[in-house]
Amino acid sequence: MIEAIGLTKRYGTTVAVDDLSFTIAPGRVTGFLGPNGAGKSTTMRMILGLDRPTSGKALIDGKSYAQLDRPLRTVGALLDAKWVHPNRSAKAHLQWLAKSNGLPDRRVGEVLDMVGLTAVAKRRAGGFSLGMSQRLGIAGALLGDPQVLLFDEPVNGLDPEGILWIRQFMQSLAAEGRTVLVSSHLLSEMAVTAQDLVVIGKGKIISQGSTTEFIEKATENSVLVRSPHLSKLGPLLVDKGYTVRNDDDGALTVVGATSDQIGDIAGANGVVLHELSPQRGSLEQAFMQLTGDSVEYHAEIGK
Amino acid sequence: MTLLAVERIKLFSTRSPWWCMALAVTLTVGMAALIAANTNDEFPLSVGVSQSFSNFGMIVIMVMAALAVTTEYRFGTIRATFLAVPGRVQALIAKTVVVAVLAGVIGEVVAFGSWGISTLIKPNADMAINSSVEWRNVAGTGLVFALSAVLAVAVGTLVRQTAGAVAILLVYALLVESLIGLIPKIGVNIQEWMPFMHANNFLTADSAALPEGAGPPRLDFPFGPWGSLAYFAAISVGLLVVALAVAKKRDA
Repeated sequence: MIEAIGLTKRYGTTVAVDDLSFTIAPGRVTGFLGPNGAGKSTTMRMILGLDRPTSGKALIDGKSYAQLDRPLRTVGALLDAKWVHPNRSAKAHLQWLAKSNGLPDRRVGEVLDMVGLTAVAKRRAGGFSLGMSQRLGIAGALLGDPQVLLFDEPVNGLDPEGILWIRQFMQSLAAEGRTVLVSSHLLSEMAVTAQDLVVIGKGKIISQGSTTEFIEKATENSVLVRSPHLSKLGPLLVDKGYTVRNDDDGALTVVGATSDQIGDIAGANGVVLHELSPQRGSLEQAFMQLTGDSVEYHAEIGK
Repeated sequence: MTLLAVERIKLFSTRSPWWCMALAVTLTVGMAALIAANTNDEFPLSVGVSQSFSNFGMIVIMVMAALAVTTEYRFGTIRATFLAVPGRVQALIAKTVVVAVLAGVIGEVVAFGSWGISTLIKPNADMAINSSVEWRNVAGTGLVFALSAVLAVAVGTLVRQTAGAVAILLVYALLVESLIGLIPKIGVNIQEWMPFMHANNFLTADSAALPEGAGPPRLDFPFGPWGSLAYFAAISVGLLVVALAVAKKRDA
């Protein structure tokens, strides 16, 4: 279990992480979602004791990272797959990590097998592709067979095969009862990977809960209605308590009603319909709406 | 002990320490051979003369020691290290010990290598190491190498970049300490308190490597040879303590 309690990080006057509190439960993949620059990496570094919080604290199974004895046995982390000396072989990299936490040398071979790097174990890590580096990073995280795992943007820059592999891998780790926290700036990716979501923007919590709830809450269900008798239909729908918006091109957008309900009302009142189509907002739109005010750097598109 | 083994694996699983070691030894021993071959009756070979280029090796070893830290920052492995060993001070002390011991061993190899090759080239010269001054001059090199490695690790930890750390070390050790003597009146007084001058005083005090009147003027050091070594050690270890305190407090 990972807990953040009022976690705050200030760099001068900029607040990177602002009073974050959340709990990450074991046995599930939890997505840590937010636009670039939202403070995801900083938060993860504070959880792992690399950066010092300005105030607040982060606990892993009730202890701060510095209090953990041989921490790799409790927590595995992949923050940056490039944190490997390019002239050191994959095997040597894992060997010193294993040695530092009193793990047997055979564990190195086991994790290399697990991530499928046994054949290239003696090659220098600097020559690895991004996907291979990512696998080596995951091997390092798994070395101590930890119950808590943190991954920072693990699928960034990977090809579809690599993405699928990592996704399934994280889900299988969670299924074994481990706590898995994975950060991403892509909601569509998290929608298929994570069961729970912690969403942040500009260092603040925007939402936390199950992924399905978040998506339902975030994506507005509406129905587009076209009819020659809109002036008659509109008030009828308003009477029923639905929200009705007049679109620019002479159609109505009805929020809160299903297409069945609208069709029934129209039929009962003899209104001819030319179009009745359910609209579903995209995940990306929803994400933009929720974090829209909290994006650090805005880009104007098409203006 | 575990941490020492970790740092040993890290140091020897990359190539640059091997290059630096080879360079330090060949450069210094090569220079000693060159000098020995050019000695004559007017300028005779002695134990002291065979050791006069140990500074070359020391500079290379300081570069190696600084690299041992700065490459960790450069490639982010320092963060991997702090994740595996949250006690940063212990992790960095282990690194310093491994690098310093290695530097000490290379120092001895360089010193006895230079002495050996000189003896081979001029078998008739008086090359017996039979006074405490001569022993200090030869065997003391390892101590000086080890302490200068500690100093270089400290600078590397503070600066965190290879170019910056190496530039500071080279400019300081090669230029600042000798040029400061050129400041009129006070220059020499300042020089008498500079760390590498003391390291050199430890190695060469009372030895007659150069005939009277040759070379730079002899400084009037406040300590004897062993006091100078203690002073050099205090400065190196002091700087390391500062570096450790900074590394502990700083975001990795």
